[in-house]
Amino acid sequence: MIDVAGAEIAELAGRVRRREIRARDVTEAFLDRVARFDGALGCYLRVDAGGARRRADAVDAAAAAGRDPGVLAGVPIALKDIFVTAGVETTCASRILRGFVPPYESTASARLAAAGAVMLGKLNMDEFAMGSSNENSARGPVRNPWALDCVPGGSSGGSAAAVAAGLCAGAAGTDTGGSIRQPAALCGVVGIKPTYGRVSRYGVVAFASSLDHPGPLGRTVDDTAALLEVMAGHDPRDATSIPAPAGGYRAAAAAGAHGLGGVTIGVPDEYFQPGLDAEVEAAVRAALDELARAGATLVPVSLPHTQYAVATYYLICTAEASSNLARYDGVRHGHRADGARTLDELYARTRGEGFGAEVKRRIMLGTYVLRAGYYEAYYGKALRVRRKVAEDFAAVFARCDALVTPTSPVPAFRLGERTADPLQMYMADVLTVAPALAGVPALSQGCGFTRAGLPVGLQIIGRPLDEQTVFRVAGAYQARTDWHTRRPPLTAVPATPQGQP
Amino acid sequence: MTAPAPDGAGYDTVVGLEVHVQLTTHSKIFSGSSPAFGSQPNASIDPVCLGLPGTLPVLNRAAVEAAVRLGLAAGCRINRRSRFARKHYFYPDLPKGFQISQYEEPLCEGGVIPFRVRGDARSVRLVRIHLEEDAGKSLHVSAGAGPAGASHVDYNRAGVPLCEIVSEPDLRSADEAAELMRAIRTLVRALSVCDGNMEEGSLRCDANVSVRSRGVATLGTKTELKNLNSFKNVRDAVAYEARRQAARLDRGLRVAQETRLWDPARGVTAAMRSKEDAHDYRYFPEPDLPPLALDDTWIQAVRAALPELPEARFARYTTVLSLPAEDADVLTADSETAAYFDAALSSAPAASPKRIANWVINEVLPRVDHAGRLASDDVPVPAAALGELVALIDSGALSGKLGKDVFGRMWSDQRSAREVIASGVAVELSDVGAVEQVCRRVVASHPDEAARFRAGEQKLRGFFVGAVMKETGGKANPKVVSEILSRVLA
Amino acid sequence: MSRITPQEVREIAALARIAFDDQEIARLTGELDAVLAYVATLREIDTTGVEPMTHAVPFDCPLRPDVPEAPLPAEDVLRNAPRRAAHFFEVPRMMSAPDDGGGSPGTS
Repeated sequence: MIDVAGAEIAELAGRVRRREIRARDVTEAFLDRVARFDGALGCYLRVDAGGARRRADAVDAAAAAGRDPGVLAGVPIALKDIFVTAGVETTCASRILRGFVPPYESTASARLAAAGAVMLGKLNMDEFAMGSSNENSARGPVRNPWALDCVPGGSSGGSAAAVAAGLCAGAAGTDTGGSIRQPAALCGVVGIKPTYGRVSRYGVVAFASSLDHPGPLGRTVDDTAALLEVMAGHDPRDATSIPAPAGGYRAAAAAGAHGLGGVTIGVPDEYFQPGLDAEVEAAVRAALDELARAGATLVPVSLPHTQYAVATYYLICTAEASSNLARYDGVRHGHRADGARTLDELYARTRGEGFGAEVKRRIMLGTYVLRAGYYEAYYGKALRVRRKVAEDFAAVFARCDALVTPTSPVPAFRLGERTADPLQMYMADVLTVAPALAGVPALSQGCGFTRAGLPVGLQIIGRPLDEQTVFRVAGAYQARTDWHTRRPPLTAVPATPQGQP
Repeated sequence: MTAPAPDGAGYDTVVGLEVHVQLTTHSKIFSGSSPAFGSQPNASIDPVCLGLPGTLPVLNRAAVEAAVRLGLAAGCRINRRSRFARKHYFYPDLPKGFQISQYEEPLCEGGVIPFRVRGDARSVRLVRIHLEEDAGKSLHVSAGAGPAGASHVDYNRAGVPLCEIVSEPDLRSADEAAELMRAIRTLVRALSVCDGNMEEGSLRCDANVSVRSRGVATLGTKTELKNLNSFKNVRDAVAYEARRQAARLDRGLRVAQETRLWDPARGVTAAMRSKEDAHDYRYFPEPDLPPLALDDTWIQAVRAALPELPEARFARYTTVLSLPAEDADVLTADSETAAYFDAALSSAPAASPKRIANWVINEVLPRVDHAGRLASDDVPVPAAALGELVALIDSGALSGKLGKDVFGRMWSDQRSAREVIASGVAVELSDVGAVEQVCRRVVASHPDEAARFRAGEQKLRGFFVGAVMKETGGKANPKVVSEILSRVLA
Repeated sequence: MSRITPQEVREIAALARIAFDDQEIARLTGELDAVLAYVATLREIDTTGVEPMTHAVPFDCPLRPDVPEAPLPAEDVLRNAPRRAAHFFEVPRMMSAPDDGGGSPGTS
């Protein structure tokens, strides 16, 4: 069995393209790891071993025939179960989509496949991307590979945990209020929420349309950059897709290794408030010192509307979610309540049975704020505050090239610790929602560990369309540290995810 | 000017229309499947119009162009920026649980549509015209799925582009409502944005009807009437509803604001049981579609490409060509009929427009299933050929009666008038009278030759026959001419 | 002072077509009330003259050429249907469904 644990994506793909190793062997190695270690973690909702083997064989055949097998040739990846995959069940970790087998493929996953990546399966998540701990899944929680009694973060908890545990070489997730960055931070991996519209949302099941950002997670900065280069780019099937060309992220990250001379980094005061875990703050401040040593100029800045960002976010995302989830009614797909005698009974019981508690809570809140008479006071107001939040960023980016903050105010918390109080759970997003509201790119990478061995994440925020600067800073930091080389200790527990061969 | 037309004694009727126009584009408004589908259910579907998880709308350029064309023709203000909005309600034929429509910033605002009631010019002001997507269709069957039976849902129609035209409540009678619908139908067909088929549902009408005491300015409570799928149904339903409301008010009862369905078989409107929340659509701006921006250059280009509008054409026919209003109405009902008429007229400039109109209305139109056929390559009598025939009749070379027979042969044999007449058959069988008229005219215009012939110069017979043949363009039967001349010159 | 009552929660549940039992209604009332109290902080901000930010992209709506694409095969359309009748999706008939043509409230 090939030892794939240490290899970065570019190296792996290069070796497959040069036929030094076979894609099939790489895939088998990862499938073996999933079989041995995912039982303890719960990352995978479905392993598509058959499909993965076929894809890997096709990559090997292409390489053998002298055809270009793609820049991600043979790289095993996994997709948050929010990406629609043709012929492979897609559930968003919800009972209401159980059995849904899509007749079409998402643009992002199609691009990864076209680049030669091998999809191992679909990853666990908070139901419909609503959550910050992956405890809202209808299929059970995901456990943090660094501490099995702790959450991996959410909603892309399965994606972050799978990458951290080496159960895939890279993963795709989505970030609406922090759902890539926060789990990346809690699991000690890299994840980026690109500029809004940078990665197509076509085929990404919608939670909050104006806030959903598909993006990659990887072990290293270069891995994440390589995945984003393939996923990003204009898509005519998404009317909010950015027309501007994407790319240059790997090169930017590599350039960062040569230092950050000329780069001004803003440190927003509002992201270092009481409530920030002391060890998190210490690790982030140490990271800032490292960035300064790399040549960056640090300046204090202010984003005055930060304190309103969570409220703004939860008004907008729930309103849009209540709308996007109206289509789940038992008529065309998924769960359908038995024995309903009238149409309204069919709807109400299907949705009552099919949705989890958090999803129902958010639909209720969203329905409330869109009611005639309440719109201006809640949703309308939130849209205006959103513009103020975006203007905060625009103002500071006149003076800085990037901002650096902690990603999560706390390291991974215990399973069950926050599930009783929704508001407390929402506060986990306090440092990540503002960049999502503004649509600016933001990345999280590991910047240390607590005494208890839990990862701490560093957030790097950039100007709209300027993922390159974000990668440059991230690359600079990684070049000077080795947090990314640490691996969680894994316990072999036989896995029984669905779809095992 | 609108004239109040009382339908209930002491009450004025007030009507506004909401008209849905299904646009004839090649693909749906937000996705690529075809809006033209056959009878097989769920056969013209793509993931987007089915509302599958993860799908997104992308706006069809042709739908925007059609809507702008309609807005310009109706004299609307075209908003340079407009927005789409989600309109939420739960119904099986609405796959996303919301309809993408326009709410606060529609594409077109204001505007006026002229129409006529028995020759009187009227007009109605528009509130707006906006774009939206159509829903699928539910067929209700009595058996299965629930105690009231089942509904079978077909999404072929989901995502078909619609323009919604909303009028001000300027209409004052059932006749006006029906005639406005007729004018809208003619307009959308003339613009080629819709085929205007009310029976099949490509043109749909809801009427908002209220009554108020004569002379009162405030509006009464209105009801919304649905299922008005023909001009007759529009007229009958509005008339019935106005009487029903007036009767209630007379009895001291109130009119409930509700939706009512017209039942043509029983001739009544009946309340649909509506849910209290049916009208909280929870509109908000569609996040998947950025605002629509149109530039002046493009709008001017669309304006420049507008065809002659039906009302302008009607005015031209009645004032410039002096056609009676009833004729102009028929000729302008379809742009193909008008184009045919115009072409016939220009091919026979000396012919009288009224005569050409008569022929088009009485002989040509009854012979085609639908006016569209007049524009096709295989119409048996092209416009120019009709013009030629009418010119012959106008010149007296052919009588009207003979002309009808000639036309009949022209249509069945797809030949020109000259070809038919040259074959001699028609003249030989009938209309000796017309030939005689020509003979008499020729003889009268050549008195010297006539005198000489009568004096015995028999060889002048050839001269006269030749003259008559020339006069009839060679179409008369020379033997018949000769016999008639013998009588005339006797 | 609570912002939302159990009765209003029931109304919203009806609007959203979600069935809840009494216990859930009671719990939701408390939870929604807490969230509404929290989001009410937005009232502190003066947003006069501030345009709502409905989209995070600075560009206008792109237009698609009017070119038809091949439709989904009928079997793919109906493959996920929880209940079907031949080529249709089947649902219980609405008790108040109009006999003909009424259909969707929005489009007649």
